[in-house]
Amino acid sequence: MFTPRWLCVLACLGTFVPITALADGPGLGQPLAENEIPFYARDVMPDGTGLPPGSGSAVQGQPVYQAQCGSCHGQTGAEGPVNPLVGPSESNPKAAGQYWSYATTLFDYIRRAMPFNAPKSLSVDEVYAVTAYILYRNGLLAEDAVVSASNLADVKMPNRDNFIDLWAAQRDKPY
Amino acid sequence: MPQSTTERLDAARNAGGGLLSRRRLLGGGLALGGTAAAATLGVIEEARAARAAPEWVTVAGEAVRGYGIPAAYEAHVKRALIQIYKDLAPGFSFSGTPLQLLRGTITPNGLHYEVHHGGRPKLDPAQHALMIHGLVERPLKFDLAALDRYPMATRVHFLECAGNSFFNAIMDQPMQAGCDMLHGLASNSEWTGIPLAVLMQEAGVKPEGRWVVAVGNDAPSLSRSIPMEKIMADGILALYQNGERLRPEQGYPMRLLLPGYEGNMNVKWVTSLWVTKAPAYTAGESGEYTDLLSDGKALKFSFGMGVKSVITHPSGTMSMRGPGLYEISGLAWSGSGVVRKVEVSADAGKSWAEADLTAPVQSRAMTRFSLPWHWDGGPARLMSRAEDETGAIQPTRTDWKKRYAPSNFMHNNTIQAWQVSAAGSVENVYT
Repeated sequence: MFTPRWLCVLACLGTFVPITALADGPGLGQPLAENEIPFYARDVMPDGTGLPPGSGSAVQGQPVYQAQCGSCHGQTGAEGPVNPLVGPSESNPKAAGQYWSYATTLFDYIRRAMPFNAPKSLSVDEVYAVTAYILYRNGLLAEDAVVSASNLADVKMPNRDNFIDLWAAQRDKPY
Repeated sequence: MPQSTTERLDAARNAGGGLLSRRRLLGGGLALGGTAAAATLGVIEEARAARAAPEWVTVAGEAVRGYGIPAAYEAHVKRALIQIYKDLAPGFSFSGTPLQLLRGTITPNGLHYEVHHGGRPKLDPAQHALMIHGLVERPLKFDLAALDRYPMATRVHFLECAGNSFFNAIMDQPMQAGCDMLHGLASNSEWTGIPLAVLMQEAGVKPEGRWVVAVGNDAPSLSRSIPMEKIMADGILALYQNGERLRPEQGYPMRLLLPGYEGNMNVKWVTSLWVTKAPAYTAGESGEYTDLLSDGKALKFSFGMGVKSVITHPSGTMSMRGPGLYEISGLAWSGSGVVRKVEVSADAGKSWAEADLTAPVQSRAMTRFSLPWHWDGGPARLMSRAEDETGAIQPTRTDWKKRYAPSNFMHNNTIQAWQVSAAGSVENVYT
């Protein structure tokens, strides 16, 4: 690995050449504009960063959930057959609506990946509403509570403090 | 006075149950079985002499073809398909490499295991780009033509699903199946691509950029958070697998390759690398890919795959073909580095002999091990136990189960035992 002296000189003269890249590669990356980045290229973070404008309640979410999600996850979220969201249960000890550390992950995952056969087909308000319905069914939200970008991150998921962060403890050494 | 067979076997004895030493067998002039082999060969020669020439030596053969496929007689060599939700979510499916039907260490591309969370996308490479954004000086995009001009690295590495060997992890009674179903969510390939550090340096990672959230260009836009440390150390943007473009099943036209890390993090069809301060707690790392422990707690961000081995020959569903000399052969690997040692037992773990490792023994790659074995025709229990360069050794299933909740099937690297019966059947048993 080396950087020819003339490249350094070029860079110092103000020509746009990323030095390190030229040292290892041809530097062919093109500038990426903000409007080229789709929403699913960023996840909603646990503090709520990335939540889009919109809102919904469990009352609004129930019919959407039953039409779009119920055939796999069960009509009230507890029946399955696929990964019941209400729990924990014997068939799913990691029920998402109880087990996951952050409610923001429910929103993010529903928006990017669900429903299985038509991902990204729900509106933002529908995603908020279905998220609220799952949280309501897990006893974490009132049925008429409205969730939005400003308050979804405030939902305290009950299992959050029950994890050991293995990466923090020992990097990638297996348990 | 010539040695009797018994004397020759005694001289080559390595451990109980008939395990032999290849060195001592070879040193003794490989007398064992030699006479029988010569006799068998003679019978075959006589039969050939009497037989008419086969048809294919009497007609012109087929012409060349653009892309070769396996012999028609090998059509049974296929991946084992597992579609747990059937028609409800057919794309959520796995297929296991038929390890018991392969030799060497490289998995043929068409037999590499699959785990798809949202099915295999029909992706058009002309409309695909890799984006690097977030905490970088210069957000960049790269199309395939640009990436093809970068200097590439080539490395042999295994990939293993964190949930591999899940039947053995959670079923009360051992399921009778082959290595494809029991351990087939593990494969080994030569990967060629661009060190991720080169692309990250080009974008200019800001000092606070400690994690990378990778996203696939598939239906669920699968995402996982990866420590920047790993990306910069040995992460690869893989474009080629065993010399040819990635197969659609393995992420065509590009995927992440994070040597030694659980399969799910090696994001297929990768289209976005978002540099962040902290992990995003994506769905996978919040639930499915966490490990429930016996004390009620759970592990998160458990990335490394433990040291593991499995005897593939003989293995479950196979039948022995009479007493005599066999070669026990299998695969060993570790997410922490090179496999230092594999021991084999033929007497249920009472005694162990060190197996031969086939060179090259590479870091975070599959290694073939073997050992000659004289099967006396009686019941025998075969086991293999690998140790890696960090000194980590495979646990027994009983010890492993004690550490995890009964439902956990993540990161099962326990010792596999095969019970050989006097009738010659080979069955999956627990230790």
